[in-house]
Amino acid sequence: MDLLIPGTGLFLWQLIIFLILFFFLKKFAWKPILQSLKIREESIQNALDSAEKAKMEMGQLKAENEKLLEEARVERDRILSEAREVANSINEAAKVDAGKAADKMIADAKIAINTEKEAAMADVKSMVADLSLQITEKVIRKQLQDEASQKALIEDFVKDLKLN
Amino acid sequence: MTFYTPSKKLMNLFRLVLVAILFCSSNFTANAASGEGHGEAFSPGDMIMHHVKDSHSWHFVDGHYGTLHLPVIVYSADRGLEVFSSSNFYDEQHNTVAYNGYELSHGHISLVDSEVKVWDFSITKNVAMLFINAALMIFIFMAVAKAYKKNEGKAPKGIQSFIEPIIIFLRDEVIKPNIGHGYEKFMPYLLTLFFFILFGNLLGLLPGAANLTGNIAVTMVLALLTFIVTNFSGNKNYWSHIFNTPGVPLALKPIIVPVEIIGIFTKPISLMVRLFVAITAGHIVILSLISLIFIFSSIYVGIGSTIIVLFINLIELLVAGIQAYVFTMFSSLYIGLATEEHH
Repeated sequence: MDLLIPGTGLFLWQLIIFLILFFFLKKFAWKPILQSLKIREESIQNALDSAEKAKMEMGQLKAENEKLLEEARVERDRILSEAREVANSINEAAKVDAGKAADKMIADAKIAINTEKEAAMADVKSMVADLSLQITEKVIRKQLQDEASQKALIEDFVKDLKLN
Repeated sequence: MTFYTPSKKLMNLFRLVLVAILFCSSNFTANAASGEGHGEAFSPGDMIMHHVKDSHSWHFVDGHYGTLHLPVIVYSADRGLEVFSSSNFYDEQHNTVAYNGYELSHGHISLVDSEVKVWDFSITKNVAMLFINAALMIFIFMAVAKAYKKNEGKAPKGIQSFIEPIIIFLRDEVIKPNIGHGYEKFMPYLLTLFFFILFGNLLGLLPGAANLTGNIAVTMVLALLTFIVTNFSGNKNYWSHIFNTPGVPLALKPIIVPVEIIGIFTKPISLMVRLFVAITAGHIVILSLISLIFIFSSIYVGIGSTIIVLFINLIELLVAGIQAYVFTMFSSLYIGLATEEHH
């Protein structure tokens, strides 16, 4: 039965020593240990969090880069198509201009040719007239070299005169 | 690197302790048991009780220098406070004698010629063991705390890495799940409790050591402290559960309320008895198996017994951890029930 009866002395000593041990360890052991554990766990957690954050930021950056790249691609395509359009329109305009110029030149040439032609025709006419006069003169002269023909001619004239 | 050397020493000490537990305790107890028996018939019951119970002297081995006589501190209304060595109670032939009007009989000190109650505050075997336990804890946990200061923000090392997983296990698997919100407040008490019991249990397994955590006074103090912590941190919800149990018909209340009130006390009593019984029973089993050798006085029984004792010792190592865990777990469970918020 002795075994089951708590001794007063041991009870008291146990109470005193345990309480001293508790307060001592609380102040000098558990507090710094638990504090350090907490700090270390927090720092590990922070490191993990920041790694996760960095990963996310990287992903975001990548997405942004891709977006930028896509935008750049679209922009390039737009610029290219615009340039093509501009080039086409310039070509078109140039073609039209060239056609117009050619037409004008042709028209001008036609006018010039006509003028030249008319001038040449006038020249030809006057030359023909001159030539025909000279020929007529020569022909008449030749015909009127003898007396008889001169007489005939005059008679002719006279005949005509009679009629008038 | 200055820290590394003591930690290495400490680890060596641990190894030594383990080896000692495994191989020497059976030898020692056998040796001590033989001492019990000489001169008269061997009585296993007396031998076992002598080993399990507290004493005013610490018996290591037989012979004149094998016993450490511890100081006796007594107080009585008549005589006041008196301090003397317990060796005064023994004569040359190891018979108990009266000293200075005091006599020691079956571990109790009383006055020879007076019926006045004598309060015995002696440094008994268990009190000395208690000092050793406390000193060892302070030594180890100061070293651990120092290591945290030294290796701040670094990986643990040395004894620190031995203790740290235990602390984290207790925090994350025992204390936090049982108490929940506000568990930090109870961490120092529960950690002290766990390591006190664990160290006490392990030291108790050492050859020649006292059965500290298998003493009902010790477990009573621990249970009492848990009782105090639990009921002083009990919130409105806890008390209303006891005195006005919700969901119970009025007619049943006269039955339920007393049961709940008894429950307040049965919890710490179960803690007290469980630890006391588990540790004392373990010691008794080992000592009984050792006694077999002396009862049968046979070498074969000796070999068989020693092998069984070796395995029981291994089981006792396990029990040392389990009982410390269980005590801490139930303490945190009771505290958790008392601080639980209404939901």
